[in-house]
Amino acid sequence: MSFFSYFVSGISLGSIYALIALGYTMVYGIAKMLNFAHGDVIMIGGYVAFTAITTMQFPVWLSICISILACIILGVVIEKIAYKPLRNATPLAILITAIGVSYLLQNVALLIFGSAAKSFTSVVPKFSVELGGVSITGETIVTIAVAVLIVICLSIFINKTKSGRAMLAVSEDKGAAQLMGINVNSTISLTFAIGSGLAAVASVLLCSTYPQISPYTGAMPGIKAFTAAVFGGIGSIPGAMIGGVVLGIIESLSKAYISSELSDAIVFGVLIIVLLVRPTGLFGKKFNEKV
Amino acid sequence: MLRVENVEVYYGVIKAIKGVSFEVNQGEIIALIGSNGAGKTTILHTITGLISPKSGSIYLEDTDITKIPAHKIVSMGMAHVPEGRRIFQELTVYENLQLGAFIMKDKKQIEKNLEYVYKHFPRLKERKNQIAGTLSGGEQQMLAMGRALMSNPKILLMDEPSMGLSPILVSEIFQIIKEVSADGTTVLLVDHNAKKALSIADRAYVLETGKIVLSGDAKELLNDESVKKAYLGE
Ligand SMILES: Nc1ncnc2c1ncn2[C@@H]1O[C@H](COP(=O)(O)OP(=O)(O)OP(=O)(O)O)[C@@H](O)[C@H]1O
Ligand SMILES: [Mg+2]
Repeated sequence: MSFFSYFVSGISLGSIYALIALGYTMVYGIAKMLNFAHGDVIMIGGYVAFTAITTMQFPVWLSICISILACIILGVVIEKIAYKPLRNATPLAILITAIGVSYLLQNVALLIFGSAAKSFTSVVPKFSVELGGVSITGETIVTIAVAVLIVICLSIFINKTKSGRAMLAVSEDKGAAQLMGINVNSTISLTFAIGSGLAAVASVLLCSTYPQISPYTGAMPGIKAFTAAVFGGIGSIPGAMIGGVVLGIIESLSKAYISSELSDAIVFGVLIIVLLVRPTGLFGKKFNEKV
Repeated sequence: MLRVENVEVYYGVIKAIKGVSFEVNQGEIIALIGSNGAGKTTILHTITGLISPKSGSIYLEDTDITKIPAHKIVSMGMAHVPEGRRIFQELTVYENLQLGAFIMKDKKQIEKNLEYVYKHFPRLKERKNQIAGTLSGGEQQMLAMGRALMSNPKILLMDEPSMGLSPILVSEIFQIIKEVSADGTTVLLVDHNAKKALSIADRAYVLETGKIVLSGDAKELLNDESVKKAYLGE
């Protein structure tokens, strides 16, 4: 394989990280908490899609919609039950709760689906495109296209709609936002809904590219996407997107040219270096686009 | 219009407001003065629901609003210009003003309110596309007031509108408060510039460590010996 093809598959992997990272960064920006269960919402989304496609034999589009809906409900319910009662608790208590929710989801999946990985049928029809002498798979192209589309829609939603503005206001000053008549609780719910919906999309793309699913499917992409969000500046939407893509490219290239065992270490090494140079991450200071 | 009855507020175990009662009538400008830490901001936050009182009641036009959450207060006709302005720094002037009208659905009415705000603060119109965080302190205060006026409130609560402003700007801001009041908005004003606040107010209450110690006609308080000594620096 050529450099170009590694690069493109890096962008594709990075697009998935970016979609997941958006969930981390938006929740952090608005609820000021790290939702460590986010990675496991991805895994649940994957299982829901798997069940719908393979077990129930639903059409692909319907299965994806069911998966998105299931994740949205899951995300909102987790927030209501686990995080909302802790709105004024210490960050440590919230963090521990989030880790607890993460284990709970993993164990529920273990109980229902068992620990063995199941093979996932790709939702993308088989096709590939020749570009500059390299063949690019349908999954790669669809992943990048979907991510770009989602990012555009999300920016329009946040910057142009009333609910989007409310999110920006809450992220900056909860008290002042309430004085404007903004319901902070429902804004936080909306944020969890969007983040979890994006997680479902990411999970379907992820499981299509690496066609299998297990209770631990969400763990590593979750941590990588979190890294991407921190790398880009947690709380920043453009930061999460760029951080995700850059991370995907670094991972893909270091797998190809250095060592596939070391690639994760290299990814986290880059994060550490970036944080040493810029503790706020790449976009941590860019206020006007921060959520 | 607004009635506060025996309100007590705690921060943890510390009692910040120790049974405060007062009243703001339709059309009045009421000044609430007192030294640092007296509890003025706490009272305003309690009225708009950002803090809940331990006991006591708050009525807005005879509706008990004591337990109504903060985000529902503005649609009942009360707007609050908070201490320290708390504008949305990362958004533009225009976006801030639109957020002030967040609860309104009628586009025409929002347009009208915007015209009203621009009439009183032409500077905001000139700078409508500027990021609010880059405005000068005075302009930020104008924005905070403009944002509150965007909901067309019946009663406006203002916390330290003159903080950090030059004397000329202070006069300008107080002039605008008078105009807004003349347009029919009831005003509850907290300010350290007691002299200015008393000079535009109808009545005033003096707050000391969580208790109202003095109240009455603003002009009389302006000449009261103890007020002069404690708050007017004379
Ligand atoms: N969040 C808080 N937690 C604990 N104590 C608080 C809190 N906010 C205010 N206080 C205390 O309550 C008292 C009243 O504070 P408040 O801010 O209402 O005073 P103020 O009259 O507005 O003062 P200033 O004129 O300086 O703005 C002070 O003793 C203050 O230290
Ligand atoms: Mg104060």
